[in-house]
Amino acid sequence: MSDIKKIAVDGLWKQNPGLVQLLGLCPTLAVTTSVVNGLSLGIATALVMALSNGSISPIRKFVPTEIRVPVFILIIAALVTIIDFSIHAFIEPLYKALGIFIPLIVTNCIVLARVESFAAKNETVPSFFDGLYMGLGLAMVLAVLGALREIFGKGTLLSGIDLIFGSSASNLVIHFFSDYQGFLLAILPPGAFISLACLIALKNHIEAR
Amino acid sequence: MFKDSFKKVSITASAMIIFSLVASAALSISYFLTKTPIEESDARAKRMFLNQVVPSNLYDNNLVKDTISVEPNPLIGNKKNIDIYRAKKNNQVIAVIIETIAPDGYSGEIKTLVGVDQKDKILGVRVITHKETPGLGDYIEVDKSHWIKNFNLKSLDETGEKEWAVKKDGGDFDYVSGATITSRAVIKSTYKSLLYVKENKKRLFAS
Repeated sequence: MSDIKKIAVDGLWKQNPGLVQLLGLCPTLAVTTSVVNGLSLGIATALVMALSNGSISPIRKFVPTEIRVPVFILIIAALVTIIDFSIHAFIEPLYKALGIFIPLIVTNCIVLARVESFAAKNETVPSFFDGLYMGLGLAMVLAVLGALREIFGKGTLLSGIDLIFGSSASNLVIHFFSDYQGFLLAILPPGAFISLACLIALKNHIEAR
Repeated sequence: MFKDSFKKVSITASAMIIFSLVASAALSISYFLTKTPIEESDARAKRMFLNQVVPSNLYDNNLVKDTISVEPNPLIGNKKNIDIYRAKKNNQVIAVIIETIAPDGYSGEIKTLVGVDQKDKILGVRVITHKETPGLGDYIEVDKSHWIKNFNLKSLDETGEKEWAVKKDGGDFDYVSGATITSRAVIKSTYKSLLYVKENKKRLFAS
């Protein structure tokens, strides 16, 4: 049990993929223009990571070292496609909100990184939890980043939540300032780098104390 | 020496082949299992958009059933016969809805529905499916921004060929910086579907 706990602490804080390993930055920076976007992609990524780690670990001994990377990518891509199909077929509202994010996950190098550095060397159960917690750690960073950029960029929080929970949820959107003109820099890619830098600095500051 | 390395290469290659076969098998099984539900879910989404493209108070027929099948045409980008929906009032065709495919989106095809009335004016455009970058190119969805409503009431007569472009290219339409390719693709496919309606006017609007 303490193993799983250590994995959780690593994933969510000590080795956080978004703040420490700095892997998977492309989707991190591109998609986090709002809290809903960031969290949606984060949760979908966590799901893929848990499943890919959990399914690659049991077959790791059958994969020749020379071709492990192509085999891992093949499995990850197949898994992502199957998840994409299933959500499209059976959970329509979720697909409307998340659908376009899902194929992006294959290109996220954090997925391959955890498979290569953890699932290829460890048993199935810890591997599954490593994927899950690393994914949740990333989801957390994406959500906070999305929140920061949304508040500064658009002056709102939770915009787009009606896409996930139906139009009745649209009154959950918080408007901080009436008549806010918007701050374009926060929405554009440089804003993503600056916000991420602030988050990393904050984490390092907390650690240093 | 040679024999050893040959053996090793063969083992590696067959392992790769086996993994590819297993992955392909898993993919095709899940493709067949989800094919019908996906088609149903797309059809539901399409029906919802049909009513946004041509308001339901304008017509009194069953739009989904009243279709004509048209053969492939580069102007609307279909590769096989597709149905064009016709909205009728008192048995007069008042508008047609065309499903167009823009082949040149940033990542793949963008499928839209374009509603055109009998005066060749656009009643509405909606994106049915696309694979543009989330958070960047997805402003073409009506849920994400009102951009797609810029097409309302546009026509070939009032907007000349050169104005069917983004403002950056000297045209009439706004765009989102960083995702210009997306708007270019949608503008082009909408323009071409208007040309298509013009060329096939008689046939599409025959009662």
